[in-house]
Amino acid sequence: MDNLFAARSTMAISLAFHIIFACIGMTMPFLMVISNWLWIKRKDEIYLKLTKAWSKGVAIFFAIGAVSGTVLSFELGLLWPGFMKYAGAIIGMPFSWEGTAFFVEAICIGLFLYGWNKLNPYIHWISGLMVGISGVLSGIFVVCANAWMNAPAGFNWVNGRAINIDPVKAMFNPAWLSQSSHMIIAAFIATSFAVAGLHALLLLRNKNNLLHKRALIIALSFGSVFAILQPISGDHSAKDVAKRQPIKLAAMEGHFKTDKGAGLTIGGIPDINTETTNYGIKIPKLLSFLAYGNFNAEVKGLKDFPRNDWPPILPVHFGFQIMVGIGFLLAFVGALFWILYLKWKDKLTAKWFLKIAAFCTPLGFIAVEAGWIVTEVGRQPWIIYNIMKTSDAVTPVPYQIVHLILFIIVYLFLSVMAVWLMSRQIKVLDNFQILKND
Amino acid sequence: MIYIVIFFFLVSIYIYCLLGGADFGAGIIELLEKKQFKERTRNLVSEAMAPIWEANHMWLIIAVVVLFNAFPIVYTQLLVSLSIPLILMLIGIILRGTAFTFRHYDAIKDSSQELYSKVFEYSSLIVPFFFGLIVGSIISGKIVTDPSSFYEGYINPWLNLFSISTGIFVASLFSFTASVFLTSEISDKRVLDDFILKSKKSIVAAVISGLLVFISSLIDHVHFFESFFSNYLSIGLMVVATAVLPLLWKILEKGLKWLSRFLVGAQLLFILGAFYLVYFPVLVKLQGGNYLTFYNSAAPEITLNYLGWALIVGSLIIFPALFYLLKVFKTEKQT
Repeated sequence: MDNLFAARSTMAISLAFHIIFACIGMTMPFLMVISNWLWIKRKDEIYLKLTKAWSKGVAIFFAIGAVSGTVLSFELGLLWPGFMKYAGAIIGMPFSWEGTAFFVEAICIGLFLYGWNKLNPYIHWISGLMVGISGVLSGIFVVCANAWMNAPAGFNWVNGRAINIDPVKAMFNPAWLSQSSHMIIAAFIATSFAVAGLHALLLLRNKNNLLHKRALIIALSFGSVFAILQPISGDHSAKDVAKRQPIKLAAMEGHFKTDKGAGLTIGGIPDINTETTNYGIKIPKLLSFLAYGNFNAEVKGLKDFPRNDWPPILPVHFGFQIMVGIGFLLAFVGALFWILYLKWKDKLTAKWFLKIAAFCTPLGFIAVEAGWIVTEVGRQPWIIYNIMKTSDAVTPVPYQIVHLILFIIVYLFLSVMAVWLMSRQIKVLDNFQILKND
Repeated sequence: MIYIVIFFFLVSIYIYCLLGGADFGAGIIELLEKKQFKERTRNLVSEAMAPIWEANHMWLIIAVVVLFNAFPIVYTQLLVSLSIPLILMLIGIILRGTAFTFRHYDAIKDSSQELYSKVFEYSSLIVPFFFGLIVGSIISGKIVTDPSSFYEGYINPWLNLFSISTGIFVASLFSFTASVFLTSEISDKRVLDDFILKSKKSIVAAVISGLLVFISSLIDHVHFFESFFSNYLSIGLMVVATAVLPLLWKILEKGLKWLSRFLVGAQLLFILGAFYLVYFPVLVKLQGGNYLTFYNSAAPEITLNYLGWALIVGSLIIFPALFYLLKVFKTEKQT
């Protein structure tokens, strides 16, 4: 394995690990404060119990997210010094804001978790809300920096050096809004459906448990709104990619031949040798419409770009199909939830619906990971699109494979531990409720 | 604006050493605690750290962000040359944070607690050791920009007596501040005496390892010894930091919590200040006598301007919030 591939893999697993905790850190605080609000207003013990259970989840996931985030701030330089040497001065600003937001989040989480008996209930509630708000702001700032790698702005690149730096233009680059809104919504969906799924699973065991039922309703009513909105944001993102990174769009679609009135391929297996995508379902002219708002627009195919500039086609294509597929499935489940909630409320705890909800538990996170594969692998071979190649940014330190193996071990261990810890939390919570209902 | 950025950078490093350092030191104290008192000390450490440790460790992130934003050449040089100890330190940071969280939140308190504690304690020793080792390496003058071999480029800069003794020194110094911080959480007289003794032991360890730093600097030709003793301000600060020790112990015995915290904070400031004054404005000493300084590695003016304002505005948000947090959790126990 060469150094570049080892470094890319280390970055990939570090990000793949961190993003799960970042998503949870952005979303769970909102679920927690909704439940807390209901406790303040209705004085129903179950909401208090639920808030405390969720806040423990927030604490655990935030701590792991914070340390894995600290690690990432070093990984950028450990793996990509050639990138950071220039990018630091251009795109450091959102990171400095992110630091502030993250700090506020850490302070507020301390206040919320340990301030139950020390703070006025409304100040306590606001501190919980601030955890969520600063979490979302952190997320937006970091995605701004990533968006800049896809849509570099705010500098001129002359003879391998950056001049005329404008940090504001760099931060609010043309892709910042589409990318960060897509990500924040995705975090809301993934986490809410995972939370709902877990409670659905527990309801399947004991369907009279009120705590789990209320948890399911809070999580789904929050997540489903965003699940229904996400296709709009996805469309916005796709049009952005079509405009600025046509080669990425072509890879996402497995679209090899430049075409006017190009059809949309659903599924299919791209074959790089024959330069065709087989076995997919093709809907005529739809790709042209989705990418450019015109059924007869020309969509560039991969063949029009030099082979050296192609990203790895298979992961990008499959990543995209998986993300979109899951996105629509969750939007459908979200709509189903609202129909049941408004018309047949008792069906929410029906076995078939709980099974669907439980099935959705991991899906949102799978979609998030798949989406990041599209973004990151789809940008290859560039680290700064059309400016700097990833291979020119990689560290000169040899034996990156050792770095990779160490981090695989650590992250694998932590993932197992986190799952184990959550299962123990749930076990205790469940015991308590059963006792209470008896 | 560069001065504001430098100021915030040094302040975040200092606060990280003070508050984050005290957290690490608490883990070291736990590690060294006698078997029969282990449980007691573990509870004390958990209780003292739980609401604030995450905020304490944010300072490292702030420092790193300022470094790569404002002084990107320094950041990249360090992360290339010192990548091995940095990776080890990072693994320590991950294990420590998660082990502490797991210990605190695991819903079932069984034998796994022992495992969490072990991981937490050992990584609490490893992280400040590597942190100190990295600091030592930065000023050791062994960092090479264009290495001709793996050893020269990525091993020699940190695998030397000077760096290692700086690591030991930092770990002992952190145990010292931790013992003082923890003392102020204790009300039981016998436990209090025990912790005052701990603070005495750890300052002795710090002094010995501090001497080791000086001696190894002579052996490794780091020119630290000579520069330190030709800087009168550094000597003065060091003398003051030592001279207030008896006063500190008096205050600890009297149970004046805030005063003892303030005093140990000032001591740490003087000690770190004494060391860094010798080098300011140098950030990295390179082999062959070249330096990377705050000035010759700085990002363009416009970047520094935006960063400076971000730091000013950010601190206007962070500091009041932080004081509120400390006020809520650290004052009530006195009553």
